[in-house]
Amino acid sequence: MSTVVLAQEFTTPDIEYAKVAPLLIVFGVAVVSVIVEAFVPRAARYTTQVVLSLAALVGALASTIQLAGSEQVAAEGALAIDGFTLFLWGTLLVLSIVSLLLVAERRVDGGVTAFAGQAAALPGTEAEREVVARRLEQTEVFPLFLFAVGGMLLFPAANDLLMMFVALEVLSLPLYLLCGLARRRRLLSQEAAMKYFLLGAFASAFFLYGMALLYGYAGTVSFAGIAQAIGGRVGVDGLLLGGTALVAVGLLFKIGAAPFHMWTPDVYQGAPTAITGFMAACTKIAAIGALMRLFYVALGAARWDWQPMIWVVAILTMGVGAVLALTQSDIKRMLAYSSIAHAGFLLVGFVGVRNEIEFSTAAILFYLAAYGFATVGAFAIVTLVRDATGEATHLSRWAGLGKRAPLVAAVMTLFLLAFAGIPLTSGFMGKWAVFAAAWQGGAWPLVVVAVVASVVAAFFYVRVIVLMFFAEPAAEGPTVAVPSIFTSVAVAAGVVATVVLGLVPQPLLQLAEQAARLVS
Amino acid sequence: MNWIPPDITLPWLSVACGLPALGAVVLALLPRERDLLVKQTAVAFAGLTLVLSLIIAVQYDPSGGMQFVEEYAWIPTFGIHFALGLDGIGLVLFLLTAVITPIVMLASWYEPDNVSAARGVLSSEAPRRGVKTFFALVLLLEALALGVFAATDVFLFYLLFEATLIPMYFLIGGYGGPRRSYAAVKFLIYSLVGGLIMLAAVIGLYAVSAAQNDDPSMLLSSLTGLDIDPTVQKWLFVGFFVAFAIKAPMWPVHTWLPDAAREATPGTAVLLVAILDKIGTFGMIRFCLQIFPDASRWATPLIIVLAVISVLYGAICAIGQRDIKRLIAYTSISHFGVIVLGIFALTNLSAAGATLYMVNHGLATAALFLVAGYFILRRNSAQIGDFGGVDKVAPVGSGIFLFAVLSGLALPGLAPFVSEFMALAGTFQRYRVAAVIATVSIILAALYMLILYQRTMTGPTATSVANMPDLRPREIVAVVPLIVLILGLGLFPKPALDVISPAVDSTLQQVGVSDPEPSHPVTAPSESE
Repeated sequence: MSTVVLAQEFTTPDIEYAKVAPLLIVFGVAVVSVIVEAFVPRAARYTTQVVLSLAALVGALASTIQLAGSEQVAAEGALAIDGFTLFLWGTLLVLSIVSLLLVAERRVDGGVTAFAGQAAALPGTEAEREVVARRLEQTEVFPLFLFAVGGMLLFPAANDLLMMFVALEVLSLPLYLLCGLARRRRLLSQEAAMKYFLLGAFASAFFLYGMALLYGYAGTVSFAGIAQAIGGRVGVDGLLLGGTALVAVGLLFKIGAAPFHMWTPDVYQGAPTAITGFMAACTKIAAIGALMRLFYVALGAARWDWQPMIWVVAILTMGVGAVLALTQSDIKRMLAYSSIAHAGFLLVGFVGVRNEIEFSTAAILFYLAAYGFATVGAFAIVTLVRDATGEATHLSRWAGLGKRAPLVAAVMTLFLLAFAGIPLTSGFMGKWAVFAAAWQGGAWPLVVVAVVASVVAAFFYVRVIVLMFFAEPAAEGPTVAVPSIFTSVAVAAGVVATVVLGLVPQPLLQLAEQAARLVS
Repeated sequence: MNWIPPDITLPWLSVACGLPALGAVVLALLPRERDLLVKQTAVAFAGLTLVLSLIIAVQYDPSGGMQFVEEYAWIPTFGIHFALGLDGIGLVLFLLTAVITPIVMLASWYEPDNVSAARGVLSSEAPRRGVKTFFALVLLLEALALGVFAATDVFLFYLLFEATLIPMYFLIGGYGGPRRSYAAVKFLIYSLVGGLIMLAAVIGLYAVSAAQNDDPSMLLSSLTGLDIDPTVQKWLFVGFFVAFAIKAPMWPVHTWLPDAAREATPGTAVLLVAILDKIGTFGMIRFCLQIFPDASRWATPLIIVLAVISVLYGAICAIGQRDIKRLIAYTSISHFGVIVLGIFALTNLSAAGATLYMVNHGLATAALFLVAGYFILRRNSAQIGDFGGVDKVAPVGSGIFLFAVLSGLALPGLAPFVSEFMALAGTFQRYRVAAVIATVSIILAALYMLILYQRTMTGPTATSVANMPDLRPREIVAVVPLIVLILGLGLFPKPALDVISPAVDSTLQQVGVSDPEPSHPVTAPSESE
C-alpha cells in the first residue's frame, strides 16, 4: 500500500542528458577507471588508464564545444548550462588534459610516475623499500584525477546550494588523496594532504553552515529562489548576512584568498608537483567560477552587503600574496604565494562591478585562462629541475640554471614574466582586462592597490630570473631531466598560450565576452 | 582588419621598426662561433634601418602634421590599435635612434667579446654572455625604441615602453662592470615602478574613454579629444608624469642612472642615456601635454621647481665624481633638467629648444661616452685619477675627447648650445627666476667638463697610460658621424628646427597656451607702410 503512494508522489527528474554530457563522460569514465584498476593486469594498467583518461577529457571537451550557445537551466534547476559554464568547462578540460600529461610523465623520474608506489606502505619501512625495489606504480591517481575534474566541472555549473556543496566535496576529496601520494619526500606530502584535508573539512563545514542559514532565510536552496527572496526584502537580515559570510568563507578557502590561505604554501609544496599545478590552475578556476555564480546570480541583489567584505579580502589577499612571496626560498612555496596574489587580482575584477557584470565576467574568464596555462607550464618546469633526491625546489639550487639549461630557463622566464604581468605576455592582457573592468566599475582605489601589489610581485619574479641568469651556478647543481613527449607537450601548450594570448588576445576576449552570460 | 590606407603604399614605419627586430631573429639563428659574421650582419641591419629612416625623413613634410600613419585594429574589445605615425618631434628622435644604433655597434665592436679574463675590471661574478646575444639585444632595443617614438596608440606606446626594459636589463646585467647585476636590478625596479604607475593611469584613461564613447579608443588622436574631469585628469597626469620622470630621469628619482651608466658598457650607456631616457621627455611632450592639457598647466610650477633642482643637483654632483661614466651620467641629469624645464615652460621657443636638445644631447652624450669608453677600455679603469696627460700619447683620441667635452658644455657653434640657449631663453619669457637659476648650470657645465678634460688628458703623462695606443681607425669612424652632426646642427640647426617647430606649435596649441606678450614689444613695421 505504502509503496504505491510513494510511487505516485515520486516523479522522475527530467534530466537533459545531452546538455550535461561532458559531466557524464568524465564521471562515467572515472567509474570505468576504478573498474580497470580492479580487473586489468598490473602491466597494462598504466597504458589503459592514460588512454582512457585522455579519451574521457578529450571527449568531454568535444562535447562541450558542441554545446556552444546553450543557455538554459538543466537537471531540474540544479545546473546552469550557459556561456559562462561552457567557457569554464572548456578552460578546465584543456588545462586538465595538460595536467594529466604531467601526471602521466614517467621519464623524468627514471621510468616511474611521480606518485607513491603503494600509498599504504609507510614511509621508511621495509614495505616501502620493497615497493621501490619492485618499481611498483599506483595508477589509482587516474580515476582520482578524473573525479576531481568532474567535481570541478560541476562546481561553477551548480545552480543551487546543494549541488554546489556536492561539487565542492567531489572535487576536494580526490585532491586530498592526490596531495598525499608523492613518491619522493612522502612525509611532507602526507603532511600536506592532512593539512589540506583538515582545513578543507573546516571550510566545507563553514559552507554547509552558511548554506543552512541561507536556506533558513530564503526557504529554498536554488539560486533563483534566493535571488527572489533577497529582491523582496526590507531591512537587514542576520540570516542573510551570516549565511553570505559563511558560504564566502568556504569558497574563498578554495580560491586561496587571505585570510583563508594558510594551507596553500604547505599543500603546494608537499603535493606532487603535477598535482600542485593542476590544483593551482583548475581548482582556482572552478572555485572562482562558483564564487561568481553564487554571488552574482543568487546574492547579486545583496551586493551592497557583501561588497565591502570582498574589498577587504581582495586587498588583504594581494598584500599577503605579494609580500610573503618575497621571503620564500622554495620555488613551489613562492609560486603558492604568487597564486594567492593572483587570487587577489581576480577578486579585484570580481568585486569591481557595479552594473555591467559582463565586463567583469569576461575579464575574469580571460584572466583565468591566461593564468591557468602559465601556472601549469611553470609547475611543469619545476618537475624538470632535479637532483638525486627528486625535484630541486630550493631557490638556491636554481642559481645559474640559465647556463646549464638555457631553454628551460628561458621558458621559465616567460612564465614568470607572464605572472608578473609584463607586456606582450598573456598575464599582462589578463591584468589589463581585469583592472580595466574594475576601474570601469568604480573600484579605482582597488586598482591602484592592485598595481602596487603587482610592483611588489614583479620583484620576486624578477629575483628568480636574476638567479637563473646572473648567478654563478652551484658546483653540485641540479640537472635538468629530459622529459618525455608528455611534459614537453604540456610546457609547449603553456608557452604557446602565454605568447599567443599576449600578442593576439582578441579571439579569446571576444569568446569570453560572448560567454559572459549567467542564467538563473 | 580595419585597414586604413596610408598616403604612401609602403608601411614605412612598420618596415623600419620591424627590420631591426628581424635582424635580431636572424642573429639568433647564426652559428655561435662566427663572431665576425654576427657583427657584420648586425651592422648591416642597423645600417639598412638607418637608410630606411633617412628615406622616411626625406619624404617627411614639415607642415603635414602626423605622417606615415598606419592604423590597424588590434584588440577591438579595448579599442587598442597597432597605430604608428610620426610628427616632427617623433621624427627627430626616430632618426636619432637610427643614427646612434649603428654607431654604438661599431664602437662596441670588441666590447662584448669574451675577454673578461684579460680585463681585470670585468672578471666578476659571472662569465659574460656571447657576442651574438649582445648584438641581437641591441637590435631588439632599436626596434622597440623606434616603435616607441612612432606609436600613436597609448596602449601600444605603453607596451613598447615597458618592453624596452627587457633588452636593456640584459644588456646592463649581462655585459658590464663588477656590480652590473645590482645596477641592472636597480634600473629594472625603478623602471617597473614607474611603468606600473603609468599602467594604472593608462587603465584609468581607458575607463574614461569607455565611459565617454560607446567605442573606446586608445588612439592618441581620440584621447586628446576627451573631456576629462579635472580631478581625474590631475591624477592621471601624475601617473604618466612619474613614469616619465623616472625614465628621464629627474631629481629625486634619478639615482638609478649613475649606477646603471657606470656598470654598463659605454655602448649600452649610450643606448640608455641617448635613446631610452629620451622616451621620458618625449612622453612628457607627447602624452602629458596633449592628453592632459589642464593638468599640465596645473602641475607646471612644481615641475619647473623639480627641473631646476635637477639642473643644479646634477651639475654639482657631476663636479664631485671620480668615475668618468658616473660623471657623464650626472651631467645628463642636469641636461634632462633643462629639457624638462623647456617643455614645461610652455613657450614655443623653449619647447622647440627642448626637443632639439633631446637630439643634441643624444649626440653629445654618445660622443662623450664612446670616446671615454675607448680610453676606459685601454686603461682598464674608469677612475679619473688613473688618467693624466693622455694627450701626449694619444693626440687624436684626446682631440676628439676635447670636442666631445666642449659639446657637452654647450660651446657656442656646437649643437647643444643652440638648443640649450633656446630652452633657457624660452623659459625666461615665462619663468624668469627659474631661467636665471638654471643658467648657472652653464657655468657649472664648463667646470665639470673642463675639470674632466684637464685631469685626464692634460698635465704630465701618468706612467700607467704611457703605452696607451691612440684610437684605431674603426673607433674614429664610429664617432666621425657624431662630430659631423654636432658641428652641422650647431652651425645650421634650421633643418631640424623646421621639422620640430610646427609639431611643437601644434602641441602647445593643444595645451591652450600662447607665448606671453613680450614686456617691451618691438613694433614691426607693417608692410603696407
